Amino acid sequence: MSAGTETVVYTETAARGRTMSLSTRNTIFRALCLSSALLVLAVLAGILLSMVIGGWPAFRAFGLGFFTGSAWDTQSDQYGAWPAIAGTLSSAVIALAIGVPLSLGVAIFLTQLAPRWIRTPVATAIELLAAVPSIIYGMWGLFIFVPLFAEYFQVPVSNVTEGLPIVGTILYARSPTGLGVATAGIILAFMIVPFIASIARDMLAQIPTVLRESAYGIGCTTWEVVRYVLVPQAGVSIIGAIMLGLGRALGETMAVTFVIGNANRLSTSILDPGSTIASRIANEFNEAIGLQMNALIATGCILFLVTFVVLVVARLLVARMKAV
Amino acid sequence: MHAEPPLPPIASDVPSAWGRVRGSRRIADKVLKASAWIATGISVVVLFWILGMLIIQGGSSLSWSVFTQATPGPGSEGGGLANAIVGSFVLTFLGIAVATPIGVLAGTYLAEYGRGSKLAALIGFLNDILLSAPSILIGLFVYTLVVQPMGTYSGWAGAIALAIIALPVIVRTTDDMLGLVPGTLREAGVALGAPTSMVTQRVTWRAARAGIVTGILLALARIAGETAPLLFTALNNNSWFGPQLIGGIPNLPVTIFQFASAPYENWRQLAWAGALIITAAILLFSVTARYALGRDNAR
Repeated sequence: MSAGTETVVYTETAARGRTMSLSTRNTIFRALCLSSALLVLAVLAGILLSMVIGGWPAFRAFGLGFFTGSAWDTQSDQYGAWPAIAGTLSSAVIALAIGVPLSLGVAIFLTQLAPRWIRTPVATAIELLAAVPSIIYGMWGLFIFVPLFAEYFQVPVSNVTEGLPIVGTILYARSPTGLGVATAGIILAFMIVPFIASIARDMLAQIPTVLRESAYGIGCTTWEVVRYVLVPQAGVSIIGAIMLGLGRALGETMAVTFVIGNANRLSTSILDPGSTIASRIANEFNEAIGLQMNALIATGCILFLVTFVVLVVARLLVARMKAV
Repeated sequence: MHAEPPLPPIASDVPSAWGRVRGSRRIADKVLKASAWIATGISVVVLFWILGMLIIQGGSSLSWSVFTQATPGPGSEGGGLANAIVGSFVLTFLGIAVATPIGVLAGTYLAEYGRGSKLAALIGFLNDILLSAPSILIGLFVYTLVVQPMGTYSGWAGAIALAIIALPVIVRTTDDMLGLVPGTLREAGVALGAPTSMVTQRVTWRAARAGIVTGILLALARIAGETAPLLFTALNNNSWFGPQLIGGIPNLPVTIFQFASAPYENWRQLAWAGALIITAAILLFSVTARYALGRDNAR
């Protein structure tokens, strides 16, 4: 055999070997991609499973009473989640009540009103609001906002509402320290603005310009264009965006822990200290033992299920618009 | 006032146009515009208020010892944040190192193999849920998964918790960025006889590289300031740590949390310095990512 033939044979084998290894590599690569994707599913399932298993002893010990009970007593091992659930819901509702008008205002400003030169810097500023870590919001809340809130809102409002029926129970601060459920709600409102505003902005920007132009063309004012053209077009997905914000507000931990006052007792007033599920877990989990730990994980399980449902609905509503 | 150049300024304040408009319509319009301006103003003011607070309070607390000395124990003088800064670097880097390969591969599956498949649609959907899942619950999950079986807090647990938060961010951007790569590029690769894996690695990934790197940067910005998932995993520590990363690992976010409202003046100063450092780093990541993404889209 001459050297030339040898070379040919060699390259052919090498080529065949290479092709085979390529197809094997192809299969391996696909399997790697698939298993990585499945890992995302596994993580989510794992979170749910660990919450259910960890919380089960508490659910079994207290039954339905766990949801409605308001005792949180480590001495007699009695735990009820109601104060934390109520605190979570009320702070989130306050966050939405303030945050939604703010975010929609920002979205309308950015898509309809802003002069071109101001639009990019403002949009960047709003996005950076989302990048600020939640612990920094907590510090701003505790050291800057809380004293101002106590002096200029809690004290005057409590002076007015003291003794009044209904209003006096909801809006009265026994000790106007500035800490409380309402404070947490306000800080949360600023934290969810960038999330709601950015989706709402995308949705408004997706509406064909022709629609807006024809509305302006028949003499509509900006308010009428927003009310009768933009809202009907983007309404559903804006509700989705709001629910995404709600999902954030429900699970937010550090900022809330700083400013909510961390009281285990349930107060009727939103100006009084309270706690949320997340803040209670953050405060107590490391020292918790036995049933208290199970109870904390059980509240975490409740939080997970609630945010899961909220987020699923939110994503479905937002996706509906994107598909159109 | 309007954004679109072809629009004549009908709705802006042209006196003759407003002359024939009913008062209620005029008021509704003015109220809407004013509220939108005010809402935007408030949001922007809050951002600059927070940044100003950090610069004033944090700037006055910054000194060289912050970067050279370890965190002080309760009641002891001076001290710095060196161990917490290094610890945060290690945890964040490990988190990204774990999340990046998994996230990019999962995103590749969604974009390259799963188009139109029900499984991929489900995974993509649930990935978005994981993206906004409460981070404290991820901390709880990793506690039961890693800390309980190991019997000790560890840097590994902290890194895993951070990786779980970074993962959906990377999956989402990778999927989106690969989706922007034109199909003709892939077809050209396949037409040369290359199998899908090779086309993906040599053509599609390369075309989407800037976008994927941006996703990793965004994930970095997201996890660098995360506190809640570290509370029960990496915990914190006032001393240096060994390479085994066993036991409480010092890190900036939890240090800030513990020091911020502490009774010791030097602790509070350090918390402000840490807050400034961490926010500056995160905003730097975000702005870089934004810039990179903008350039990528423009291309």
